Amino acid sequence: MRGRVLVTLREGVLDPAGQAVQGGLRQLGFEGVQSVRIGKVIEFELEAMPPEQARARLEDMGRKLLANTVIETFEVELD
Amino acid sequence: MKESDALKAVVITFPGSNCDQDAAHALRVVVGAQVSFVWHGQSELPAGTDLVMLPGGFSYGDALRSGAIARFSPIMAGVRRFAEGGGHVWGICNGFQVLLESHLLPGAMLQNASGRFVSRTVRMRVEQEDTPYTRTLARGRILRIPVAHHEGRYHASEETLDHLEAEGRVVFRYIDDPNGSVRSIAGICSANRRVLGMMPHPERAAEAVLGSEDGRPIFDSIAAHLAEATA
Repeated sequence: MRGRVLVTLREGVLDPAGQAVQGGLRQLGFEGVQSVRIGKVIEFELEAMPPEQARARLEDMGRKLLANTVIETFEVELD
Repeated sequence: MKESDALKAVVITFPGSNCDQDAAHALRVVVGAQVSFVWHGQSELPAGTDLVMLPGGFSYGDALRSGAIARFSPIMAGVRRFAEGGGHVWGICNGFQVLLESHLLPGAMLQNASGRFVSRTVRMRVEQEDTPYTRTLARGRILRIPVAHHEGRYHASEETLDHLEAEGRVVFRYIDDPNGSVRSIAGICSANRRVLGMMPHPERAAEAVLGSEDGRPIFDSIAAHLAEATA
């Protein structure tokens, strides 16, 4: 079974890399982009287990290591 | 001073540490410390350790976040026990990031607001003189110390910041903030004032031959403090 943890900067935390990408997109002529935020996707292959157990496990990983909750939030996705 | 009386400092080397030799050199030359290196894979600090230095560098290649993986090194359990038992721990640059990720100090580091790696000498102001690391410095003294980092933008919640300020735990503040740190914070200490984290590199400015001796009083302070404490 596959799962993902999506880590993003908290709202209001300045993302200079996102701003640089936004500037690049503007240079390429992409209009209407109001903001760009860059995060991380951490992909997992997990042994077979009930989805609620997998979700709980990934959420625990997110809290303990994958995200630093002072500056980041995270979401869990399961296939 | 007999060697047995010398300050016993331990410099932790993580995979990717690159300021461990500089830190050890400064401790030896500036304050005559007896320095030993401890590899991150060890789980115990040597008996009789007075000071633990977490040096600058790029531990574990900054995988995930700066300092995030170093936190799980076997030696960090020993460093935590040492700190919780009242030991003195000094983290510089990546060492500060490791202290934050280990929750030995509050807050987190973000990419510099400029988006760029910054490597230059900056001015920082001494905000507290009643710490083991600043006791030979006057409050308000301005020091010129180099920085070299990409993730040096200190961040913490307003509540945490107010708490730090109220307890006098903001030890150094940038005059010309190179990275956009909240409230221009360059260094903070623990509630018992014995754990210090700072982004600037005083070990690179501790001898005249390096172009600045502004870092020297920080080494002198902690050495004087520990000499008194162990006398």
